[in-house]
Amino acid sequence: MPDYTLRIRRYSPESGEAAHWDEFPVDLEGHRSVLDGILQIKDRLDGTVGIRCACQQAICGSCGVRVNGRPVLACHLHLDEAFERAADGVIVVEPMGNMPVLKDLIVDMHEVHWKKIQRVTPWLIPDGDPPEREYIVPRDKMIDVTQTMACIQCGACVSDCLSMEVDPLFIGPAALAKAYRFVGDPRDGQQEQRVRDLAEDPHGIYDCTHCFNCIEACPKGVAPMSQIMRLRRIAGDHGIEDRNNGHRHETAFVRNIEKNGLLHEADLLPDSYGGKFHPRAVPVLVSSLPTIVRALQRRKVTPARALLHKHKAPKEVKRIFRDVHDREERYELNLYVVGEEENGQ
Amino acid sequence: MPVYDVLIIGAGLAGQRAALAAARTGATVAIMSKVHPVRSHSNAAAGGINAALNPDDSWESHAFDTIKGSDYLGDQDAIEIMCREAPDEVLWLEHAGVTFHRNADGRLGTRAFGGASAARTYYIADITGQALLHVLYEQLMKHHTQIDRYEEWFITGLAQDDEGHCTGAVARNIHDGSMELFSAKSTILASGGSGQCFKPTTNALICTGDGMAQAYRIGAPLMDMEMVQYHPTTLAENGILITEGARGEGAHLYNAQGERFMEKYAPNKMELASRDVVSRAEQTEINEGRGFPDGTVALDITKVPRKRTLEALREIVNIGRDFAGVDITREPIRIRPGCHYMMGGVKADVHGRTSVPGLYAAGEVACVSVHGGNRLGANSLLDTLIFGRRAGEHAAARAAGMDRPVGHRALVRDHERRIAELMHRTGGRRVSEIRDELGTMMNEKVAVFRDHAGLTEAHEVVRRLKEEARTATIDDHGAIFNQDVLGAIELEYMLDVAECIVVGALERKESRGAQFRTDFPKRDDEEWLKHINLSFNGGDTPAVSYTPVSITKWEPQERTY
Repeated sequence: MPDYTLRIRRYSPESGEAAHWDEFPVDLEGHRSVLDGILQIKDRLDGTVGIRCACQQAICGSCGVRVNGRPVLACHLHLDEAFERAADGVIVVEPMGNMPVLKDLIVDMHEVHWKKIQRVTPWLIPDGDPPEREYIVPRDKMIDVTQTMACIQCGACVSDCLSMEVDPLFIGPAALAKAYRFVGDPRDGQQEQRVRDLAEDPHGIYDCTHCFNCIEACPKGVAPMSQIMRLRRIAGDHGIEDRNNGHRHETAFVRNIEKNGLLHEADLLPDSYGGKFHPRAVPVLVSSLPTIVRALQRRKVTPARALLHKHKAPKEVKRIFRDVHDREERYELNLYVVGEEENGQ
Repeated sequence: MPVYDVLIIGAGLAGQRAALAAARTGATVAIMSKVHPVRSHSNAAAGGINAALNPDDSWESHAFDTIKGSDYLGDQDAIEIMCREAPDEVLWLEHAGVTFHRNADGRLGTRAFGGASAARTYYIADITGQALLHVLYEQLMKHHTQIDRYEEWFITGLAQDDEGHCTGAVARNIHDGSMELFSAKSTILASGGSGQCFKPTTNALICTGDGMAQAYRIGAPLMDMEMVQYHPTTLAENGILITEGARGEGAHLYNAQGERFMEKYAPNKMELASRDVVSRAEQTEINEGRGFPDGTVALDITKVPRKRTLEALREIVNIGRDFAGVDITREPIRIRPGCHYMMGGVKADVHGRTSVPGLYAAGEVACVSVHGGNRLGANSLLDTLIFGRRAGEHAAARAAGMDRPVGHRALVRDHERRIAELMHRTGGRRVSEIRDELGTMMNEKVAVFRDHAGLTEAHEVVRRLKEEARTATIDDHGAIFNQDVLGAIELEYMLDVAECIVVGALERKESRGAQFRTDFPKRDDEEWLKHINLSFNGGDTPAVSYTPVSITKWEPQERTY
């Protein structure tokens, strides 16, 4: 009697057959990993099953797969946990998303992942010659960039990035987290050029839709989306008004909430382009007319609700804004530096 | 047919450092690995990298600690070079972008490590190897026009000309199964260790001794192969490593009776004695019935302040939680000695040259020998970088004055034919069965304590498994990502290496460093202050020869911690 059943998505370009599912019994205790299960299948039942793997302890980043629809390192998920989340008692293992499948669970990371890493100029560019000894830099700054150094390039975040699904050219969570590793590094001399480049790129930092999938997917706590948000803030610090209108949109969004408490969409769009009467806003408003008309037809909005927004931000919302504004130091979204202490644990 | 000045096999720290050093001289360089470079096992070196960079410290002190740690089997000329060059290497890394931990004043900070008389270990949390590996890969991406990367290519054998010089290698593109001869004026092996000969092991599945076996088969001797490091703190079931950094930060070891047993074995250094000493102490406690029923002792990290643990030992917090179900900040974790590192390897000089002209070796695949009978923690990263760089520089200089080597396509056809034969074998044992039997047996008979009877039995088993491996069954007959066939070739590599480990251990009739013979429990400098070299001579067991240990200014002394 096997302890678990794995349903593995199979694909071999040589066979000429379409992708299909194979089920295999696995005879292991529940605290063993899904990778242990797959390796047992390869060892005992079918040596043709393809999966990359090396360290078996979640540091080499080889064995990224989807288990029951969620991106994980196969070595990093226990069979019993996978079983609990399995829809029909069968643990479903398939290749990661957003990347072409080469064979079974092996995807092509080169085209989708590594080329984008190369795109963010992933090496330190200091100003001038190095000092005789080490660069002297604040301790916390080094611990801060260590969070992004913790990235093992497994591709789990890329696998489930919604923006990349819509825009395959999006630089993506892993490469942008890698970019923060240099932007946040006080030894690098190109901070402004780097964030300008990433802000102006139509597939850059403002292409992220804050879906949080990458934060949930990351097995190493890198929190790529948080790093993207920090890149945006630094772009703002440098006063970069990007051609994608990303920075203005973000500012308009924050002001909108501060004022109304709830999002007032009719204001958001023109405000993102400088206000209703700004020349930049006019073509955008005109081009969005069909959407507005459709929304009116379907009674998603009424003319009154669209034009008059009487809701004022409640005290609680105002207090949140005040608290944030009054902080002496910016909240840096970095577990290595703040998270654990502030949780009071 | 690709031709390069320097071909580097393996893309961990030693290989990448060699590539960068060779490219800097203007040589044409290729770096090739059976995995993507950032998947290499250098990732696993958690704790740090040693260098006497602090003004209060000295390279002589670092050298002496290393020599004493090696139980005087390390070659002192090589150790001097490594320790002298260490500070500049750490600064080079820092300037290249490594995010080393800083002190409150913004300068590089250190932590204590085993067997060291000063805190000279530089680190990045407990992901030092990973951080170094990824920063070197950043540099490979920066220099992508000078260094060709062949990622996911598997070496099936080294090429030799009529005079016996190494002229490159034959490799299989894992993506499509095509075979290619890469001709090179100089070839550097940087393909790592062979921990997979043991089960369990801290080593990744890819550490199958490929380079050691490839060099051995073309006549390069292997040295110090009996010296297999058992790391004191590994998880019992799966061999996962708990970094020595934990003890460096102040964690203690206890037996099941709650005694801090290192008091008996190393009253001065306690938990920070060198690894062979701590592992032997643990195994003695376990063998004499003072361990826990699962054959472990306890590592108590709760001694370290929680905030410090979360900042500096974050990875093992995760490992404890995910792989042992233990919150190490609140309770002790059960550990035992486990196979970790090969001090031995392809015999190489301080420029990485092996006995085969044109063939270099650096990193764990090589034996320079800077680790002798026992490697100190945080000296392995240093070894890979110093001797990787030196091999890269020397290999490029050698290539500068040479003609293009002549490659023979016939060699590719030989290898293709061999793989085709292998691929259609049926009816034998499964590769995995042979591999498991090998690893389990090695971990029983060739571990912390060894004796003649056990080693003799081990040798018989290895020889039987070698026979069985010749007919092992292969399921996968395809060309694309055929991992099955690569597994069979890796098994052959592992068996060659395992045989050398066993023969070396049988040969050395004394106890020194990682080699403890219960039938010869004393160190014997009269007879055995020498390296054991094992060479392939066409016969069925390796031929044994010896080389003297280089002693510059540190005469062997009794070794206590």
